Formats: sequence, C-alpha cells, structure tokens
Amino acid sequence: MSLRSAHKLGTGLVAGVAVLSLAACTGNTAADDGGTQAGGTSEAEQGSNDEAGDTVVIGFSAPAADHGWMASITESAREAADAYEDVDLRVAEGTNDVNLQISQVETFINDGVDAIVLLPFDGAAMTPVALQAMEAGIPVINVDREFEDPNAARVTVLGDNYGMGVSAGSYICSELGDNPDAVVAEIAGIDSLPLTQDRSQGFEDALGECGLDVDNRVAADFTVEGGERAASNLLQAAPQIDAVWNHDDDQGVGVLAAFENAGRDEFMMVGGAGSANAMRSIQADDSVLKATVVYPSTQGADGIMMARLLVQQKAMGDLVEVEVPREVQLYAPVVTADNVDQFIDTAFES
Amino acid sequence: MSDDTEVSPGRGLPATAVPVSPTDPTTGTAGGERPARGRLGGLSGSGLVRNLGLVLALVILCVVGLVTTGERFGSTANLLTILRLAAVTGVISIGMTFVITGGGIDLSVGAVMALSSVWCTTLATQAMARDTHWIVMVGAALAVGAACGLINGLLVSYGKVVPFIATLAMLASARGLAEIISQRRTQIVDVPGFTDFFGAEVVGVPVIVIMFALVAAIGWVVFNRTTFGRRTLAVGGNPEAARLAGINVQRHTVLLYVQLGLLCGVAALMIISRTTTGTSTHGTLIELDVIAAVVIGGTLLAGGRGTIVGTVIGVLIFTTLTNVFTLNNRSTSEQALLKGAIIVAAVLLQQRFAARSKSP
Repeated sequence: MSLRSAHKLGTGLVAGVAVLSLAACTGNTAADDGGTQAGGTSEAEQGSNDEAGDTVVIGFSAPAADHGWMASITESAREAADAYEDVDLRVAEGTNDVNLQISQVETFINDGVDAIVLLPFDGAAMTPVALQAMEAGIPVINVDREFEDPNAARVTVLGDNYGMGVSAGSYICSELGDNPDAVVAEIAGIDSLPLTQDRSQGFEDALGECGLDVDNRVAADFTVEGGERAASNLLQAAPQIDAVWNHDDDQGVGVLAAFENAGRDEFMMVGGAGSANAMRSIQADDSVLKATVVYPSTQGADGIMMARLLVQQKAMGDLVEVEVPREVQLYAPVVTADNVDQFIDTAFES
Repeated sequence: MSDDTEVSPGRGLPATAVPVSPTDPTTGTAGGERPARGRLGGLSGSGLVRNLGLVLALVILCVVGLVTTGERFGSTANLLTILRLAAVTGVISIGMTFVITGGGIDLSVGAVMALSSVWCTTLATQAMARDTHWIVMVGAALAVGAACGLINGLLVSYGKVVPFIATLAMLASARGLAEIISQRRTQIVDVPGFTDFFGAEVVGVPVIVIMFALVAAIGWVVFNRTTFGRRTLAVGGNPEAARLAGINVQRHTVLLYVQLGLLCGVAALMIISRTTTGTSTHGTLIELDVIAAVVIGGTLLAGGRGTIVGTVIGVLIFTTLTNVFTLNNRSTSEQALLKGAIIVAAVLLQQRFAARSKSP
C-alpha cells in the first residue's frame, strides 16, 4: 500500500533497490497488530513461527540512546523479546565508544549466547569482533549500519538510506518541479557516517532527475541542539529557500525551533526517520513541515525476530525459502497529510 | 592534607609531612630502597591504606561478579575481555598520572588519539607502509601524538596558557584536523603485517594487553625510581621551589605533555588494531574516563601527589564495573549512577585517610 501512495504522490522512483518488507515490523503494515510487533502480515493468521520453541539467548548491543530513534531501537527490541517467552534478551549498555562496544560483543562470545543482534556505532570498526563471533559459531544479525565484511553477519537488516534520499528528493521534485531555479537546502545528520553519505547521494540523484540541485548543505548530529545550530547557520547562508530536507526528525525539533525563531516560513520542509511528533505536526499542518520519510526504528526488533527464527531453525513466514534470508532491506515511504494515519502508530517518540 | 608527602624522598626524615625540600628533587637516586614505604614511615601508611582501599573495592567488584555470574565472570576469556577494554584507557591514564601529578591537565587526549589514528591510517601512510614496513604506521601514530603533546607543552610552559585552556583548544583543533584529513570517513586498515602484529597473542595474552602492562611497568619505574619522576612531583607540588632547586620547570612541563601525547599515539595503535579502522570519532570523551580513573586512583588533581598503581587499579575498577553490569544485563543508567557514586566515595575516603594519617 505504501507503494501505491508513493505513486499517488508521483514519487515512484523508489524502485531499484531490492526491497523486502518484513512483516509487520515496518511502517508498511499499519497499526493493526498493536504494540506487540508480532510477525505475520496484517491479514494472515499468526503463523506457527510464533509458537514457543527452545529458549534463545540473544545478546543485543546498540549505540547510546542519545536521540529518540536510537532509543526506540532498543525499546522496540525489548518489546519484541518480551512478546516471546522463549527469548532471553541480554541488552548491553548503549555506547558510542567502539572500544566498549567491542568488549560487550566479546562478553557475549565468552558467554556463548545463541545469537548477537548488533547495531554498531561504526560498522567498519565493529567488523573484526563480529567476524570473531561468527567464527565462534554465533550468528550475528547486523542492524542498520553495515559491517565492512559480508562474512561478519549471517543476516543484515537495513533501512534504505539511499532510498530515503530518493524519496525526499522525488517528493520535493513533485512539489517544486516546475521551477528550475528553486533553492533546495539539506540538513544532514552525522557526516562521517556512511548512512548520511548515502542519504545525501540519493537526495542529489533524485533532485537531478528534475533538474534541481542542493544549493545549501549543512550537517548536524541527530541531536536537537545540533539541529538548531545547523539550521541557524543555514538560514544565515541562504536568504531565500524553497525547500529543505532535514535527514532526521529528532534534530528536526531543533531545526523547526530555529526556523520559528528566525521567523522564516517561505519554504516547505521534508523530515526524515519519521518521529511521532513530526507526524502529528504533519497531521495538524501547523508548520513548514509537510512530509517526512520513514526510516523504521523497529529494525532492532526485526533483528531480534530474525535471530529467534535463525536459532530455532525456522523459516521466515510468507517466503518459500527454507532458510532466513541473508539481507532484509526496509522501505522508505513518504508520509504526508494524506497517508499519515497509516504510519503514526509505529512512529517513534522523540 | 599531606599533598606533598611523596615529593620528599627525605631519607630518614620523620614521618610528618615535609614541604618540598628544594634540594631533594634533584638528588635523584633512590638509593635502591623501595620508595614511599620504607622511607616515609607513617606517611606511607596513607599510600598503603589508600591502595588497599582501592584493591578492596576491586575485590568486592570481583566478588559481586563471581557471585552473580560465577564462571562467566571468572573465566580466562572474560578476564582478557576486561583487560583488552582497559588497555586503551589504561595507557593514556598512565601518561595522565604524570601530567596531573606535575600540576597540569590534558583534555585533548581523546582528540589527539583520534588524530593519530587518522594520520596513521591515511591511504598515503598505508601505501608507504605496504611498500616499506608496517612500522611506518607506528612511527606516524607516535610522531603525531608526540607533536600534539609538544604543542600542548609549549603553550602551557612557554606560552603561559593555563593547561585547561591550552588542551581544550587542542581538543577542538585536533579533532577538527582529524575530520579534515579523513573527510569524516572511517579509514580501514589493510596492512596485513600491522594487524597481524597488534592483533596477535603471546601465550594467550593479547599484544595490546602486554603493551598496557609494559607501559604501566615502565611508568611505575619512571615515576618512583627516577629523577624524572621525582621532578614531576616537585614541579607539581611547588613549581617555585622546584625552580629554586634548579629544575628547569618549563622544560620538564613540556616533557610531561610530550610523553602523554606519545602514549595517546600508543592508544591510537591499540584502537586501530582492535577495530582495524582509524576515524575522527575514536576516543570521544575518553578524557573523562581517564581523569576519573586517575583521580579515584589517588592522584591529586592539584598536583604534587600521584600513584601509578592507584591509576591502574582505578582503570580496572571502571572496566570491571562495566563488565559486571554487562554480564548481569543491567541498565545503562544504573551503571552511570554507580560510577558517579564511586568517584565521590573514593575521593571522600581518600580525604579521610589523608586527614587521619596526618595526625596519628
């Protein structure tokens, strides 16, 4: 259904990426399964996969919950684990220190857990220890930030960062397309992360399709303070703007505050990640924020579900395959006032 | 406070606190005695008790670990996990002990480590390392660290910039330079000799743990048994007296920052080997862990008193704490709370011990 709405918005460009939408955990299927996030497509009956099996010990490690999206990663992982009595989830301290995160994974290896779900602070930096886990026979489920070596993970759950940029760019094209001189600005997240580079690349490519380009680009750090700072700088640099894409709705709180303080509202803004308050704002149509691009914060939960299936040697429902797939990439739909009702219940709180 | 107790080697002096004696620091030789303990009589008691308190805290943590998680905590694999985690912070903490004892502080250690890691892993450096020898990378990391330390030291001693500000400036600019050089990307190391060497194990002990042990041992000897160590105490305890005693205080201060910069380079090598990457984000906020470890170890933030053994135990206390929490699946926030409580408790206890031993 999200594809249909994307078409309706004239943003059908999003194809080209292998998109495997995993059951209810993405924003694609609305809120009909409530808070449990338990698997199965919305219409289908709960599959036998949900029946309790052998207890699975899963080690989980993610970066520090210093923004709403990241907090929701761990929270939704816990929720997913709580929904199954056969999952024993061990959550390590969220940290942005790769040295510490490595030692957490080492601890999981020493402990002999059944599987490790890992959202690395820096994918490349966590690759050696993930390889070590795989060599020790512990399947690693890599979430969101990819390892350097494909052998370091059994399953990779990815959002579509490039696709986010494409979705945002296509939407802006559809809104401003007839004006080739339109000024487009971009407020990126942490620039050193490959995910930011992918988002920007997708954005640039999609804008290029309709003859637009990024006139002003600043980078923040996914925090409210960082967003406020970056947006203030942007406003100084660009006296007139037609459209802004802000990569992340957490920093978007600061971005909107900066716009408000400067009294600037001559442009439209598109958000990113898909926070609940951004969606409420879109629903109420009370600010320059007209749309946001979802980057599911439930990927950690997806990782937990996959880990459980993997260890219990179950296959993924709705697929013919005997084994759990190697990679699952989620979709990045555009949320506007027209379809916000479908997404708001799975959105994360900033 | 008996701040300056360990400043005075004072052979045969009574047990009371003696202010820095101008001639002592330069006389240098330790006369083969065990420092602190034998010579300082009653005052060594405070050092002993202080370290005993720390050891006790570490033992309690280990007991908690063993009781709550048993074999999972006590296994060799887990102990090595703790030591590997401790190594990076530990190496910098040893250097920081010297700087703080010498009356300074260095907030730039994490940034310098990041810059070292980036410089040492640029495509150019790696290409050169592949063409010649991986030791080039080691040289690059150490040279960059030492150079940053040199700048810090010159600013503090000759530029008369207070250490807090000089190193704060270095913190900002070193990380900025690291971001420029790396273009804020993660640089992956592809020099087999380098990763093979640093990732190796000797009789089951990882090389980076051995490096930590070596740095700690050398640090202890230099601190307790050499003129350099004695001068550090003198400079930190009373720079004016040290100057009158003939110590070149400015030059010594520069050397203190250079050795810390050098050790940041060593830490960079360790983190590179652990992650096979160099990035501008390495070592973010590590300065806080380092300073906390040094301070709970018993080194006086005002300078003039320091302990290498205490620092090592301080580092181990924090890393063991992290490990026990991870093993017990406890929340982040509880751990942060407990860490804060430990820092306060350690400092309060030290003050009480110090006060008690002053008036026996």
